Amino acid sequence: MGDVLAVVIDGTIYASWLFIIAAGLTIVYGVMRILNMAHGSLYALGAYAATSVVGAWIRGGRAPLVSYALLIAAAIAVGLIFGPLIERGVLRFVYGRDEIVMVLVTYALFLILEDAIKLVWGVESYFITEPYGLLGTVEIGPLTYPVYSGALVLAAIVTGLLLRWGIYGTRYGKLLVAVIHDREMAASLGVNVRNVFLITFTLGTMLAALGGALTAPTVSVVPGMGVETIVLAFAVVVVGGLGSMPGAALGSLIVGLVRSAAVHFFPQVELFSIYLVMALVLALRPRGLFVAPEARKI
Amino acid sequence: MSVILETRELTKTFGAVTAASSISLAIEEDTVVGLIGSNGAGKTTFVNLVTGYLKPTSGAIRYRGRDITALQPRQVTRLGVCRSFQIPQVFDTLTASENLLVAVGIAARHGKKPVEEAPEDAAEAMLLRFGLDRFRGAPAGILPEGVRKLLDIAMALAVKPQILLLDEPTSGVSSEEKFALMDLVLGAIRADRVTVLFVEHDMEIVRRYTQRIAAFYEGRIIADGPTSEVLENPEVRRYVVGEAAVDPC
Amino acid sequence: MKRLDRTTFALLASLVLLLAGGPLLPEWALFLVTNSLAKGLVVLGLLLLMRTGLVSFGQGLYFAVGAYAAGMMPRAPGLSDALALMLAGGVAAGVVAALCGLLLARYRGIFFAMLSLAFSMILYGLLVKTSVLGSTDGFNVAARTVLGVAAAGAYGRYAVFALTVATAFAAGFLLHRFLGSHLGRLAPAIRDNELRVEYMGASVRNVVHLNLVIAGILAGAGGALTGVTVGHIDPEMAYWTTSGEFVFVAILSGTASVLAPFLGSILLELLRSFAYEYSPNTWQLVVGGAMLLVILFLPSGLWSVFGRWRKVLR
Repeated sequence: MGDVLAVVIDGTIYASWLFIIAAGLTIVYGVMRILNMAHGSLYALGAYAATSVVGAWIRGGRAPLVSYALLIAAAIAVGLIFGPLIERGVLRFVYGRDEIVMVLVTYALFLILEDAIKLVWGVESYFITEPYGLLGTVEIGPLTYPVYSGALVLAAIVTGLLLRWGIYGTRYGKLLVAVIHDREMAASLGVNVRNVFLITFTLGTMLAALGGALTAPTVSVVPGMGVETIVLAFAVVVVGGLGSMPGAALGSLIVGLVRSAAVHFFPQVELFSIYLVMALVLALRPRGLFVAPEARKI
Repeated sequence: MSVILETRELTKTFGAVTAASSISLAIEEDTVVGLIGSNGAGKTTFVNLVTGYLKPTSGAIRYRGRDITALQPRQVTRLGVCRSFQIPQVFDTLTASENLLVAVGIAARHGKKPVEEAPEDAAEAMLLRFGLDRFRGAPAGILPEGVRKLLDIAMALAVKPQILLLDEPTSGVSSEEKFALMDLVLGAIRADRVTVLFVEHDMEIVRRYTQRIAAFYEGRIIADGPTSEVLENPEVRRYVVGEAAVDPC
Repeated sequence: MKRLDRTTFALLASLVLLLAGGPLLPEWALFLVTNSLAKGLVVLGLLLLMRTGLVSFGQGLYFAVGAYAAGMMPRAPGLSDALALMLAGGVAAGVVAALCGLLLARYRGIFFAMLSLAFSMILYGLLVKTSVLGSTDGFNVAARTVLGVAAAGAYGRYAVFALTVATAFAAGFLLHRFLGSHLGRLAPAIRDNELRVEYMGASVRNVVHLNLVIAGILAGAGGALTGVTVGHIDPEMAYWTTSGEFVFVAILSGTASVLAPFLGSILLELLRSFAYEYSPNTWQLVVGGAMLLVILFLPSGLWSVFGRWRKVLR
């Protein structure tokens, strides 16, 4: 029983982390038809930026409680800088080309960003434990959990609700839905697709960076941390259905629970299990759980 | 004359919409049959059903007495039922000659080609037959629409069909050029005595080239018989020809 | 065969040149060319897939399967010859490709890319947890003989080189012939218009499946030869970034000629050895930058530059 509880709690925590990252990946795909391979590097950038900012703040001996705000601020800053830089600087030159070309272009960006991170931060690892330790721990039955993990789950839920409100409750969100549904039609109706793309990619970048910034206090921030994350996020969005926000949420939960079950019961198949789930879902629902198959008109 | 293709009570519904309603049609071998009807009358749906692209909701399709209702386009094609497309479906990055070579190659792999003829020669012969030899080296993607249309039909013929369904062979072609195009196409196809079923809006074309017409209206066949009779049918004049007269095509 | 075409002639010339020039090469260059050609085999498989309109981010799967199959060959006389190892690698990877192909052949575009990536990561996940295969460390591979010559020493090194050159030549020649055949010509047809291919009576899925198996065999043979050349194999071979590098070389080379993957591969390894010397932390940056430039300005790959020169000179 304790095992099952642990699996569910661990799985939920893991799923929360995955959701924040996968939400960014899926929204960029949904609107722009770009499967962003550099998403993992943006996640890493968020983590590095957060450790630098929070590290400097703490070393300055200032109020540690502010560090939570700084984590989020670092993520927003990364989004505001790198989102427009990449979208305006590179991506807009390949709009309209095949989806697989987008994968190749963002793969190239991934390679560039990986080394750029190493050039700026070096190859050593960074730690900021204060935001994590500060909140203490809580006991759930026989298990002890850090309160910070609860905060992560909360952050994921808030992110999800904000995105939901943003997409269905605001004017901009309705434009997004229009562009997702039919890009040419939206453009001909006067929607400024160029701006929609810029804002969407910035938002996606911000979400990736937020995932990184919120993870930074719980791990050591090292080169290559984005390499594994991106393939996990792929698994999530492919399971849920590319471009679907509820799909990203469900995909995160499935992947999170499967992984934590594997870690508890069959640790030797941990990585294997996630991709197996992805392969299984694709075998049964070729476009993921939340996306209907397309028909072609002749 | 023997029946080559026959549909019985063929029905296709998409949700609440009935695209084909109980269509029964028997096509005799070695004839040219026209399918007429306004847009949305169910002509293309009929072609899609017969060639296996759509699965009928109910009804059956028989080819030379054999039930082909459940077959895929690939299997239907191998049996000898081929089609062309309203929007030409060609291989854009391949040259016109390579497009036909692909077709000849597929036919050869299914044993429909006299072995002594080299594939390059067979492709070249087909180019000449359709007057496409000037374009042999050009990628299909940059050819004018009319030429792509011809290439599309030539590719269908190159896989050696016994019955060929042409979906609006003259759409997108100017009215002066239509007759020349149809002379060329039907001349090329009928040289092999292939049975032809073609979808057409232009009544002049239908009158000149078909022996028989099936007129579609709202998913049903409202008239079926010798060309001149069907064109005089009051219902056809009202629902099909009347509209075709103002049709910009 | 009626007459040597240009590609066959260039392949034959390279074969003779390399076999004759091999003994004159310094040890590092011999190693570099051997290693590049072995990896070029994987890229040759990608060329076939890209002609079919598919980009696989999971060729590392077959590469690793080939290498591990070679590494696990019994140490019996004859069976531990490099040739036998290579054949074992190719066959094992071909079988795996045939199995994965049952599912993969249904996918296109990014779904194909992601699913092939997932398959390779499944193998990676298995390998790092399998202690009898050395987990993350992998294990050493050594062929006892190469085409009957003792593997140790200078003769052995040349023999591995000769075997790799001969394999690359044979693979390039056979694939070139295949691409010119009726079956091979369906690859670009499928890329352009699958519907039409089906409507002419060919099975798109079967052709894609066949091409997946061919690419798998090539990657497996390449993996086995890489294992023999380097002397060591590890799970990194199945990691997605390894597959990404193959994709990079394929993009760089373009799909115009079966020679391009080998030249692209040699070029990459040359650049890599210099880059590691002078600036080890900017290697990926250079690769990524080059890839962006190629995609933006030379969509048909570096090989297309030769074509342009030929036109200018004519």
